[in-house]
Amino acid sequence: MKNLIASLRELAGLFVEDGGLALAIIAVVVVAGLVAALAPAAGWLSGLILLCGCLGVLVVNVATAKRG
Amino acid sequence: MFSLHAGSAGTAAFLASLVEAVEALTIVLAVAIVRGLRPALLGAFAGLAVLALIVAALGPLLDRVPLSILQIAIGILLLLFGMRWLRKAILRAAGLIALHDEENAFAKEEAELQELERRHEARLDLLAGVASFKAVLLEGLEVVFIVIALSAGRGVLLPVSAAAFAACLLVALSGMVIHRPLTRVPENALKFAVGVMLSAFGLFWAGEGFGVDWPGADLAILAFIALFLATGLACVALLNRRATAAKTAS
Repeated sequence: MKNLIASLRELAGLFVEDGGLALAIIAVVVVAGLVAALAPAAGWLSGLILLCGCLGVLVVNVATAKRG
Repeated sequence: MFSLHAGSAGTAAFLASLVEAVEALTIVLAVAIVRGLRPALLGAFAGLAVLALIVAALGPLLDRVPLSILQIAIGILLLLFGMRWLRKAILRAAGLIALHDEENAFAKEEAELQELERRHEARLDLLAGVASFKAVLLEGLEVVFIVIALSAGRGVLLPVSAAAFAACLLVALSGMVIHRPLTRVPENALKFAVGVMLSAFGLFWAGEGFGVDWPGADLAILAFIALFLATGLACVALLNRRATAAKTAS
């Protein structure tokens, strides 16, 4: 059981290492998805949110990172 | 546009597979040196067999998922995966976290196995084989995910798979020739480049899934690569400048 949990944790670690970064990326995608669903004609807005959101999340995450 | 997409996806798959294969090779080599070729190869081939089963099981399922859902799901996973690599590469380039050291990983695995050997662990060959199996399976899963993510629904599975296979073959042959971990591979630079490319693909695909009509269609991927690259390099410069300022102040 311990081995299984450790393996699952390693598998999840392929995608999530910094919980804050992962949550922020998902939040950006959710907002972009909501905008796409509510205003299908304004697809460009959804794209802009994705682009600026992802780049912004990256900058804020590394700028606030502590020495490890 | 086929060649542009196939070319950029193939390059990303080749570079990512190179990194993953180097990491797997380090563990397999440590097992081979401490316990011999048999457990190392048995573990590695068992890992490859499980990978083949996973691909065979998942492949047909992917065709049944609606394209927009597949694009959104893969876009999110690529963003999580790519930005995780990019973040780590930026922090490593800026000296905030230590560089990944294959020599170190190799020595650590070797020491762990030698410690077990010293304690006369009865199931040592099995444990050594499991270490090799896990390394091949986990790193291989990353390669499989990248190949599927970069090629799903675009008709470029063959060139992308061939690029990933070529990288794995290149690393395996190099390992057989030099019998040491491949420490000269510029791993952080590769991870930086792959992080940039996977993030760009993830952004493009998530947008396509939401119905975004990207300007220039597939050409937008190149613009995203340029933007992620510029942002990543700017982050490294910013962190380095901040570290220099902190040193000067203290």
